[in-house]
Amino acid sequence: MAESAVVPAVLLEGITKRFPGVVANDEVELRVESGEIHAIAGENGAGKSTLMKILYGMQKPDEGTMTVNGLMVDFSSPTAAIEAGIGMVHQHFMLADNFTVLENIILGAEPMSGGDRIDFAEARRRILEISETYGLTVDPDALVETLGVGERQRVEIIKVLYRGAKILILDEPTAVLVPQEVEALFHNMRDLKSEGHTILFIDHKLDEVLEIADSITVLRRGRTVVTVKPEDVTARDLAELMVGSELPTPETRESTVRDDVVLEISGLTVEGSETEVSITNIDLSVHAGEIVGIAGVEGNGQQELVEALLGIRHASSGSIHLDGEDIGHWKVRRIREAGVGYIPEDRHRRGLLLDAPLWENNMLGRQQQEPFVKHGFWIDPKAARAHTEDLIDRFDVRTPNVEVPAHALSGGNQQKLIVGRELSADIKLLIAAHPTRGIDVGAQAAVWDELRAARAAGMGIILISADLDELIGLSDRIRVMLRGQLVAQLDPSEVTPRDLGSYMTGARTTA
Amino acid sequence: MKSRLLVLAPPVASLIMAFVISSIVLLISGANPLTAFSNIIEFGFRPNTLVETLNWSTPLYLSAIAVAIGFRMNLFNIGVEGQYIIAAFMAAQVGHVVSLPPVLHVSVIIITAMVVGGFWAGLAGLLKVTRNINEVISTIMLNSIAVGGVVSYLLGVWDVPDPGLDTALGDIPPSGQFPSLNWLSDAVVGETRSDTWGFVVIAIVVGFAYHYMINRTSLGYDLRATGANPSAAEASGVDPKRTIVIAMVLSGMVAGLVGLPELLGASHSYSLRFTQGLGFGGIAVALLGRNHAGGIAIAALLFGWLGRASGVLEVRGDAPREIISIITGVIMLSVVVAYAIAERYKRIEEAKAAASLTGAES
Repeated sequence: MAESAVVPAVLLEGITKRFPGVVANDEVELRVESGEIHAIAGENGAGKSTLMKILYGMQKPDEGTMTVNGLMVDFSSPTAAIEAGIGMVHQHFMLADNFTVLENIILGAEPMSGGDRIDFAEARRRILEISETYGLTVDPDALVETLGVGERQRVEIIKVLYRGAKILILDEPTAVLVPQEVEALFHNMRDLKSEGHTILFIDHKLDEVLEIADSITVLRRGRTVVTVKPEDVTARDLAELMVGSELPTPETRESTVRDDVVLEISGLTVEGSETEVSITNIDLSVHAGEIVGIAGVEGNGQQELVEALLGIRHASSGSIHLDGEDIGHWKVRRIREAGVGYIPEDRHRRGLLLDAPLWENNMLGRQQQEPFVKHGFWIDPKAARAHTEDLIDRFDVRTPNVEVPAHALSGGNQQKLIVGRELSADIKLLIAAHPTRGIDVGAQAAVWDELRAARAAGMGIILISADLDELIGLSDRIRVMLRGQLVAQLDPSEVTPRDLGSYMTGARTTA
Repeated sequence: MKSRLLVLAPPVASLIMAFVISSIVLLISGANPLTAFSNIIEFGFRPNTLVETLNWSTPLYLSAIAVAIGFRMNLFNIGVEGQYIIAAFMAAQVGHVVSLPPVLHVSVIIITAMVVGGFWAGLAGLLKVTRNINEVISTIMLNSIAVGGVVSYLLGVWDVPDPGLDTALGDIPPSGQFPSLNWLSDAVVGETRSDTWGFVVIAIVVGFAYHYMINRTSLGYDLRATGANPSAAEASGVDPKRTIVIAMVLSGMVAGLVGLPELLGASHSYSLRFTQGLGFGGIAVALLGRNHAGGIAIAALLFGWLGRASGVLEVRGDAPREIISIITGVIMLSVVVAYAIAERYKRIEEAKAAASLTGAES
């Protein structure tokens, strides 16, 4: 590129953005060199998204100056930012499902010929050109609804490039991708860089940040902490910079496994429907004080296993024993009351009543039990509120009070509420599905602590997670789930994430 | 202070909006809005109109509570209409046939109505859980079956007296009639031509029962949880099928009461002149009252009053009484809009409050 290396692509100085009662960005400094991949790391709520929205013209800063390629800018809208060569790929894709890839890309920027006719040939030519230059493979005529997440993301990136962006903002691009797709994305990002583009991206996952970024700026509580080079820091250093304190790890080495078996599944088979995986012939036991990790690419029967354990679906053969009792044909409520806790994989779908106050959410799953309900029928709001107040103290759920509806809380706090709710009940078995998904490092550490404490107290835990470090760190044993079957049993002290990955994809099948 | 304002602003704003739009409609139809409204208000606050307002708000209230029970778990019981007609019909026949001492007689009639209503709605619930038939469709069809099928058929079977065109069941004797509240209305607004139906007392009891059932029992919690998030409710141990049937039966039981204020307070028999349409009216009242026992009471009184007071427009030649349908329609629309705006505002406020504690907005 022609620009001199000393003129930064983006220079933000003293950016301050206040929302009523909150300072989202407090004199943030950010210098992004031209042609580099620059990561913005920070906890949820550290102000990363706000900063990117300001740079993309979606929000106006209260104070501070922005320079793009040496020129002072003041964007009134994303349109102005696009004109200055900045493009943003949002975390939640903005594509029309019933349009083709081509239609989505040109939507709003259609090349015209002869006045009022869209020049599809020209559009196709330019899309294919972009696609080839950066190795972003897409089929322009495919309907977006038929595409996977990784392909949709490529469409979004092409959309931005099509509009002439030289500076790309990617908001948590890897959050929705599986490891292989992440690698493909990183490949694309390197190609973009070599063609002279500048990339700014937000990410939670520190190993990814270290792998791809040329420089990393850490934000904490709305302020710039530091900008570092990846070769100078470790993932642990970064995490500590983000949280601002010493960091716990998911390690749990000394065994607390007891002799008594909490859960015994044998020969469990559950029929799936056409679109679902059926699980076949599963044998699994969980001891008191043991965390059994289940690794696997999502959609290999984990969901069906969880639902069978909870009694939402019933087995066609095999048995499930909880503490020696056959619960195979029990209803959900009876199973939950017998001592099964559940941290759902999707807290909004399975775990919360978003419009209900926190104290009512705290009752969910125990809406017929003391102290929330007297005589199994009459709700005792006073006791339920008191219980919830204790819970938000103990589990550090940050909320003004217990009357706040659940949707008002940040993701991490919602998750802490759910974890607290399940662990404060008298349970023998906890099914924890992706317990730290989408929450920041601080909340993640808190959840790990609680799981470890529950394990030490003799709870049996089934941990399903896509975070392989979490699985390896927390589990006493790891089983791998593939196409509805448990295919391998691994010792977490010996297995590496890479090994685990090859079991998960079926490249290796026996230990 | 702010939150109280937020509660009151939407209904007040929508009433003002309704007033303005209705005035425009009146102007277009050639009437003077000021005369029309002052006539409505003058007539509407006569003692007799007030008594009739109370009388007709009672069935609307019960109907709306029946609908609201369904709404609380996202079930749309559009069949309150059929449920109350078949229930009133059966109850009238039972009341006519049996002879019992006063309190017991009325109780038997009420229980009959609730059982019949609950059964009729329960059918729709069972169809939903066993055959996955949408309750909107099944309850609409059950309406037709109730009114056109069962009632017509049984009128023939029971060989009821047929004075002219108005086929009617036999009368319920005085022991099965609900005592009036004339003594109370006489004391408050003075003597009136119309009786004050005592059944309003039952409606108030039902209102409290509804409120406590929904908000203060684990059953109500299950209903609300299922309405708010069916997947989360199921994972928490709510049996979705059982809850659907229970909600439909409860809704139908209350629906069964809708015809009784008239049956036990005035007509004392079921005839083809028996008031229809209260089931559909209840849907609007439940929406306006936001499924809240108190809100529904206010909405029922408002609709009851508009319905009674509007007659004067036609009598005095100001405007066709259909103008009242327009007013109620406009109120409904503006309420929906006003609450949607208030809701959005509230969400933003709550998010800010929670965000201020976590340190920053992301």
